[in-house]
Amino acid sequence: MSINWFRYASPATFYPLAGKLVPLFAGGAVILAAIGLYIGLVVAPTDFQQGDAYRIIFLHVPAAWMSMFLYVVMAGWSALALGLNTRLSAMMAQAIAPTGALMTLIALASGAFWGRPTWGTYWAWDARMTSELILLFLYLGVIALRNAIDDPRRADRACGVLALTGVVNIPIIYFSVQWWNTLHQGGTVSFTKAPSMESIMLAGMLIMSFAAWFYAIAAVLARARTIIVERERGAAWIAALPEVRNINA
Amino acid sequence: MSAFFAMNGYGFYVWSAYGLAAVAIVVEVLLLRSQRRAVLAQARSTVSAPAPGPLAATE
Repeated sequence: MSINWFRYASPATFYPLAGKLVPLFAGGAVILAAIGLYIGLVVAPTDFQQGDAYRIIFLHVPAAWMSMFLYVVMAGWSALALGLNTRLSAMMAQAIAPTGALMTLIALASGAFWGRPTWGTYWAWDARMTSELILLFLYLGVIALRNAIDDPRRADRACGVLALTGVVNIPIIYFSVQWWNTLHQGGTVSFTKAPSMESIMLAGMLIMSFAAWFYAIAAVLARARTIIVERERGAAWIAALPEVRNINA
Repeated sequence: MSAFFAMNGYGFYVWSAYGLAAVAIVVEVLLLRSQRRAVLAQARSTVSAPAPGPLAATE
């Protein structure tokens, strides 16, 4: 049996599919966040070195992971859009940028509120923190570049090139704690060795990471739907949508 | 309960971090909702009064 992989590359077929997925992922995010927050803020024991300040980890690490993952996904869609000239890929890249910026902002802000009680400062020009700040500027740059170009197809190409160029920053963020011995600690969870934290803490962090994934997927799909309606509004299938024909829908 | 919110003296930092994240997420959700409304209204006005597009000359 052959599957038509390009079926959902068409905005007209993707739009209703995304509409079904948004509430599923949003609901999943709420449930996972409720469980993760309960474990992180109530069940997990107080850290013997950092006291309760360490509980910021359940927010900080998932947000920081998402900020990097989302950038790689955005760059991947951009590469597809540049290589295959597919509209929907460019729209997906466009839809990811604001949520990526949000995750980066949460990672930076929660890091500042964690750094103050544990390191004695909200901010330092440490390698990890500086490269994460550059990530925020990359997201904001992609958003600003799009707003500066009126023709959406030209904006797709310009933003795609910028997004792809910025990918070089991702390994810099990831390996910064190994390459430069500055303030930020190394990773708590590693692919190659056993995690250096208690299993209930790890469980809380992983559940919060899944919550962040679900939230990001819901937000990106919802934004992609808005972008599709905006950019395809001349199309007959948009005019035929119940939410367009009916004011109250 | 107050011990929970005090977080053994780290309450300000923990709740500031979580509070800021919650505000940021609420803002994003509200923006998504208002943008969707605006875009749907825009699509409706396009339907009721089609703008002269590339096809207008041939129609």
